[in-house]
Amino acid sequence: MNARHLGIAEALREGIAEEMRRDARVFCIGEDIGIPGGWGGAFTVTLGLEKEFGERLVNTPISEAGLTGAALGAALMGMRPIADVQYADFLFCAMDQMANQVAKMRYMSGGRLQVAMVMRAPVGVTGRGSQHAQMMEPYFLPLPGIKIVCPSTAYDAKGLLKSAVRDGNPVLMFEHKLLYGSKGPRTETGAIDASSDIPEGDYTVPIGKGVIRRAGSEVTIIATLLMAHRAQEAALILEREGISAEVIDPRSLVPFDWELVKESVAKTGRVVTVEESPRRGGLGAEIAATLVEDMIDFLVAPVKRVAAPDTPAPFSPPMEKFYIPDAERIAQAARDLMEIS
Amino acid sequence: MTKQARDPAWQLKQYRTMVLIRQFEERVKYLFLEGVMPGTIHQYQGQEACAVGVCAALDAHDVITSTHRPHGHCIAKGLDVGSMMAELFGKATGCCKGKGGSMHMGDLSKGIVPAVAIVGGGLPIATGIALSFKMNKEKRVAVAFMGDGATNEGAFHEALNMASVWDLPAVFVVENNMYGASTPVKMVMKVEHIAQRASAYGIEGRTVDGNDVEAVFDAAREAVEKARSGGGPTLLELETYRITGHSRRDPCLYQPEEERKRAVANEPIGRYAKKLLAEGRLGEKDLEAARESVKAEVEAAVEKAQRDPLPRPEDALEDMWV
Ligand SMILES: Cc1ncc(C[n+]2csc(CCOP(=O)(O)OP(=O)(O)O)c2C)c(N)n1
Ligand SMILES: [Mg+2]
Repeated sequence: MNARHLGIAEALREGIAEEMRRDARVFCIGEDIGIPGGWGGAFTVTLGLEKEFGERLVNTPISEAGLTGAALGAALMGMRPIADVQYADFLFCAMDQMANQVAKMRYMSGGRLQVAMVMRAPVGVTGRGSQHAQMMEPYFLPLPGIKIVCPSTAYDAKGLLKSAVRDGNPVLMFEHKLLYGSKGPRTETGAIDASSDIPEGDYTVPIGKGVIRRAGSEVTIIATLLMAHRAQEAALILEREGISAEVIDPRSLVPFDWELVKESVAKTGRVVTVEESPRRGGLGAEIAATLVEDMIDFLVAPVKRVAAPDTPAPFSPPMEKFYIPDAERIAQAARDLMEIS
Repeated sequence: MTKQARDPAWQLKQYRTMVLIRQFEERVKYLFLEGVMPGTIHQYQGQEACAVGVCAALDAHDVITSTHRPHGHCIAKGLDVGSMMAELFGKATGCCKGKGGSMHMGDLSKGIVPAVAIVGGGLPIATGIALSFKMNKEKRVAVAFMGDGATNEGAFHEALNMASVWDLPAVFVVENNMYGASTPVKMVMKVEHIAQRASAYGIEGRTVDGNDVEAVFDAAREAVEKARSGGGPTLLELETYRITGHSRRDPCLYQPEEERKRAVANEPIGRYAKKLLAEGRLGEKDLEAARESVKAEVEAAVEKAQRDPLPRPEDALEDMWV
């Protein structure tokens, strides 16, 4: 099979187009989409799709609560909307629809209703200040009723998007602004190459299955999105120092691949979690608590959380750099654990 | 203030402030293209008459809320370009100590709430500011600047309705620049004029040529005086055009060339210069002197901002709690 090398923005675009071709119920709804000469969403993911799909690209007013509720309404009538907000921060504007309606509709109906909808949302601390920066995972993690995926490579982005469209449940996809592409119009300071060989033809990546990005035996590092890349960098640093780190990219947060994590921890006994969001109440806290409950006998050291501080994201570069965990901080956390035992 | 309006000195001041905004923005754009300035920007070129005309009708103790496109509002309300430039460079001397950046500029001591980059998010805040003025029997006015796009957010409806039923001293200023990002206004609303939306809240709505600084001033002054004297809020729609990209890298492919050409020919600064020269009370020399003094002011701001210290990395942890 032929493979092409694509960035995340292109891979998602291809995935969306293929799903729209495959299933007439699939449509896109969001701001600045489907406009000739327009942007194709804030990050070009739907660029040009209007040429093939016309009115199935529903451009909305700047109305996040409205478009989220409209996607839900259409989903209740059997459609399969792929909604998006331009920055994940704006999910707060849509929060009633997301948390009270989308997440609960099926449950409240006694399982009679189905909400097959996807919501895409770009995250990441990227020089834009506090309101265009937030990692929204911690706000949705404890919310029952919405699956969460967060691809760190183009291959996973396309595969997870397809799974999300076909899943039949609400799926929230977090995409990282610095991973969309590192070349051409999507270049921005700090962008990382997350492109992959994308096979011709249909494939999916299962929701709820993590992946080992790098095998190792002494410490398990768990990270998603941009942090998955930084964690791999950290593993390289550690390798040069003779420390063998295993990097796990869970890819989905809900459901979470506990099996993969636990297998790794059974082997290493040491865990570093990495988050770009504030430390309080995040994924790291959830992982640490679960491992203490279920795997205390395997842990040879405390679980170490590398995270942003409990503040909003600052704008100025030196403060922002301090705010976001980097490879060295992740490596240091692993060294600390090796020292403890 | 009212009685001096339209004096040559007053006119020259409005001209100079518009030029200051324009040159500030052009310099900033250049610094971005050079790659020396971090972050992202939404610029104000073409819309100068809106901020300047409205703020000329305000007193120093009146308060504005701004948007993701705040530079013009901040300059017009009296924030000094030095502290703005420093903020854009992320310096510790910036108006938000480098914490805010372009999209959150402001200084409440100048009557500017740090700008709100969530479209529509500033509107209920302005309503609350006006509520406090009313509760404290202060003769102050709150002005919410917004784009056309913001009027499609639920927050717009909620803010205007509350301001209306409570007769608050607020003015809601819509800068209709015909686009919300790459989306033409006509695609996302059916009313011909955004000002018509005022009728839904039982308040006055007016559509004004937003590229005519004196027309904007006249309309704003009426609305502000009405608000100050207990007459309640007004919705002012200022028709204008953004002659720069929506944000840093936007090539504006969605703007038809003819439309753009017309808009450029109608930009507010050249238009005002023509009017002033035709009136004959100010000469080309006066305008030239204003432009030169602006140039010096902007250059001084850039030089100082570049020399100023950056915050320490760990300053990220400061400013959380009182
Ligand atoms: C709640 C929210 N949704 C979307 C955006 C992304 N966004 C930033 S500016 C903009 C367009 C705003 O248009 P308008 O209100 O007309 O202001 P203009 O940019 O034309 O000044 C959009 C969609 C945002 N910042 N906040
Ligand atoms: Mg606009």
